[in-house]
Amino acid sequence: MKSSVIIFPGSNCDRDMDVALNKFGFKNKMVWHDDTDLPKSDLIVLPGGFSYGDYLRCGSIAGKSKIIKSVIEFAKSGGLVIGICNGFQILTETGLLSGVLQQNKYLEFICKNVFVKINNKENKYFKNIKKEILELHIAHNEGNYFCSNDELKSIQDNNQIAVTYCNQDGVTNDESNPNGAIQNIAGIFNKEKNILGMMPHPERMIDKYLSGEDGSFFFENLVGNLK
Amino acid sequence: MKIKVIVTLKNGVLDPQGKAIQQTLNGMNFSNINEVRQGKYFDIEVNEKDEAKAKPQVEEMCKKLLANLVIEDFKII
Repeated sequence: MKSSVIIFPGSNCDRDMDVALNKFGFKNKMVWHDDTDLPKSDLIVLPGGFSYGDYLRCGSIAGKSKIIKSVIEFAKSGGLVIGICNGFQILTETGLLSGVLQQNKYLEFICKNVFVKINNKENKYFKNIKKEILELHIAHNEGNYFCSNDELKSIQDNNQIAVTYCNQDGVTNDESNPNGAIQNIAGIFNKEKNILGMMPHPERMIDKYLSGEDGSFFFENLVGNLK
Repeated sequence: MKIKVIVTLKNGVLDPQGKAIQQTLNGMNFSNINEVRQGKYFDIEVNEKDEAKAKPQVEEMCKKLLANLVIEDFKII
């Protein structure tokens, strides 16, 4: 199983993602944003961080970088692409995922563990996963998912909501919404479900002694589904 | 020639920064401020003398990069 993590200037979760992918059985390669060709991959990851210093809008400059053309081609041909945090912002800026990540409702940078509920298991990412509710880490200033009412309806009709913020018991409400995202959306798919963008960081939850193991469930399951 | 662009959030899109600025102004005794919307301003120096040629080019820049049309409007001035 081969994966590639794209590094933009300002990415800072690229190495954590590399460690996670290798730990669970991927052969991962790091790819520089200024390259034009992707190595042969089963999975492309756009990591978290502050690509291009968040200039203009989060993810907007990365969304026009050289490597992105190949990522878009790969995604449009059905390849699996995950964007975590800033990677999610980049995916919305490229138009591969709909909507936009706005500044958090209360203008705070949020850095804490949250619970998310898996909304749709009919895809390569979550099929067969052992848990319905995952405890993952978030760290962002712009995670407040927003889209027009028409887009929201289309996302719901096509079952594109991947994960939603909830409490420990899986209840989705305003109290469990850390950033003001509409419908507590923490992550979405494209229509075909091969592209996943989400704000929480599974790569930060892969060690039971340091953090938690719910990210491990995500990666183990993904590798299992790709075999 | 220099072309100026203003990018603002669309009506109805939450602008928490604008809201915070408005509340601060109210707290500073500017009590008649009802709403503040924050935006971005760009000065673009285009190597072109003909405005009729430069403006459509800037409009394309706005649509492709400077504004995110999901939440923002732009104005070329």
